[in-house]
Amino acid sequence: MSDIKTRHIIALLLENESGALSRVSGLFSARSYNIESLTVAPTDDSTLSRMTIVTYGTEDIVEQITKQLNKLVDVVRVQELTKVDFVEREMALIKLKVSNSTKESLFKYVEIFRGKILDVGKEIIIIELTGTAKKINSFLELFSDDNVIELVRSGALGIGRLSKNLKI
Amino acid sequence: MKVSKVVSQECTGAQIVLKFLADQGVKFMFGYPGGAVLPLYDEIELQSKVKHILVRHEQAAIHAADALSRSNGEVGVAIVTSGPGLTNAVTGIATAYMDSIPMVIISGQVPSHAIGQDAFQEVDAVGVTRPCVKHNFLVTNVEKLSETLSQAFYIASTGRPGPVVVDIPKDIQQTKTVYKFHKKVNLRSYQPVVEGHIGQIKKAAELITKAKKPVIYSGGGVILGDASRALTKMVKMLDFPCTNTLMGLGGFPANEKLFLGMLGMHGTYEANMAMQNCDLLIAVGARFDDRVIGNPDHFYSSSRRIIHIDIDPSSISKRVKVDIPIVGDIKNVLKNLIKEIESLDKQLQDISEWKKQISKWESKNCLKYKESKEIIKPQFVVETVNKLFQKHDFFITSDVGQHQMWAAQFIDFNKPRRWINSGGLGTMGVGLPYALGVQLAHPNSLVGCITGEASIQMCIQELSTAKQYNLPVKIYTLNNRYLGMVRQWQEFFHGNRYAESYMDALPDFVKLVESYGHIGLRIDKPEDVEPAIEESIKRKNDLVFIDFITDQTENVYPMVPGGKGLSEMILV
Repeated sequence: MSDIKTRHIIALLLENESGALSRVSGLFSARSYNIESLTVAPTDDSTLSRMTIVTYGTEDIVEQITKQLNKLVDVVRVQELTKVDFVEREMALIKLKVSNSTKESLFKYVEIFRGKILDVGKEIIIIELTGTAKKINSFLELFSDDNVIELVRSGALGIGRLSKNLKI
Repeated sequence: MKVSKVVSQECTGAQIVLKFLADQGVKFMFGYPGGAVLPLYDEIELQSKVKHILVRHEQAAIHAADALSRSNGEVGVAIVTSGPGLTNAVTGIATAYMDSIPMVIISGQVPSHAIGQDAFQEVDAVGVTRPCVKHNFLVTNVEKLSETLSQAFYIASTGRPGPVVVDIPKDIQQTKTVYKFHKKVNLRSYQPVVEGHIGQIKKAAELITKAKKPVIYSGGGVILGDASRALTKMVKMLDFPCTNTLMGLGGFPANEKLFLGMLGMHGTYEANMAMQNCDLLIAVGARFDDRVIGNPDHFYSSSRRIIHIDIDPSSISKRVKVDIPIVGDIKNVLKNLIKEIESLDKQLQDISEWKKQISKWESKNCLKYKESKEIIKPQFVVETVNKLFQKHDFFITSDVGQHQMWAAQFIDFNKPRRWINSGGLGTMGVGLPYALGVQLAHPNSLVGCITGEASIQMCIQELSTAKQYNLPVKIYTLNNRYLGMVRQWQEFFHGNRYAESYMDALPDFVKLVESYGHIGLRIDKPEDVEPAIEESIKRKNDLVFIDFITDQTENVYPMVPGGKGLSEMILV
């Protein structure tokens, strides 16, 4: 079995019921599967929630993860997005320390990365940035840890392209 | 959901539960009352269709219901109260979960308005049991109660079976609504596969015709899927050797020539060598667990093709990569596979060389032990039980440890559902409650429990239940004053340091058993073994407990040490 661990994104539809989330998160901890991010919210069908999970693992482990997820009674559909053509987006809200001398360059970076400035104070600025996890990481690399006052990331959202639908 | 029966008068939640269980055809429920299930117990008292068996500890209620299911295939039903009632049940639930036993456990919960308030005897039942159930429910609305119960039975008994907990707050038990029995269940998120993929079955049939050194390895899935007859038919048709896992014993008759015995950590030499050296392995309802194939890397060191038939897709390629997976109901898949092989216009390969090799392995006589005229050998007791029980329609339950392995090695199970033990979780204490559950379901059969002096003490209070319901089970205790299997590991792997594995203050079992109103015997001479067992069988209406004082130093052989490969057995 291959030992190379790679990043995988799994999307699932599950019953919008209390406890469904803990069944999924409990499965990951009980079987010691890695979980990098997990996002969940109701869908256009209010009886269903959609979850996007980012995990690291070998092909074999990820195959087990999808099988085990499929076994959960509350899980309706599972799709490994990284196996199909898909798009991925994540949102980050970043609170940065600024001064008059750094403001100018910061605005430029925000423009280059197609971010939005949500709030500006004398010494603090809040930026909204959307993109792949990679893009957000690249943006953050521009700043020293001292300058990042607070950071919140949504975790990845993913959707299959063209006809790769996850619907019931 | 189809509503097949409507009773228009209003019922309380508690009445609905009892009406539902009767409509579902449940004959026995095992339980223990308490505050949060009092409305349910009121209704138990007011009806006569479902017989309630009062145990002495909730753990035993689950074990007994579990054993009933193992012995007759029905869904086992138990009822426990909130808080400690539920937590006591957890060991039983986890035991059933590991062996995929269909059960529905009804637990009382504190009233809805008190949930989350740290109320008296409150525990988050759904949270506590989540990792060891197939599914669980907290009923928050009485309107959904009967539908939820239908779903629970459906989920428990279909696909890969397992226990389902239904947690019912006390106020829901007291709220009234109209009762409807939902016969058909449809869950969009739960649709178990039944038919195996025909393309895969065709590939498997092709591969079978090419095998020169084949082995069939079958497990608990054959028993659970009632596929024993189909398996036996296929094995005989192919004339391939067959081995069973601990959970699969009885799936293929032990008295057949093609049977290699059990495989695994304490499996026979011939079964393990055949597993390691075969060129085709057909795994049927088995999951390649650590006690069966040992170290997977060692298993890979010799190459073979593997066909794996299982109802659970997650069992496939979990520990061992397989070549042809077939997901589906085992009976169904085997029937189609047999048809496919028959329709192929091909001869099977000549496997006589392979069979010669297997005979050589068999001639090692790996289960031999030193007989003694002075001291009772534990294997001798089990052999004698086998000899005498074979004349009857019998069931054997066991606890966990050396005695369990000897029972698995020395008792010939020629039919499925006759060997009742905790394989996956390895729960000490199951033996007696298992025997009670089996005896209730099979009042005219001979039910023996092979146990040890340590295991039996973990649920010994159930001797009282046995008295109350006149359950004449036969208990054979192999008393070596040690936690035998722990002692064996300490001898092999921990420098003979017998840390806490010796029992210093054992009860006088004979007096103890007598105080519960049963018959107790102590046997310490080899020549008394057979007459004592004979006597216990003759006493048809009595529970007989025999305390056999056995050799303290006996070990279970062969043994594949943990982390080693199947062909690296320690032999006697």
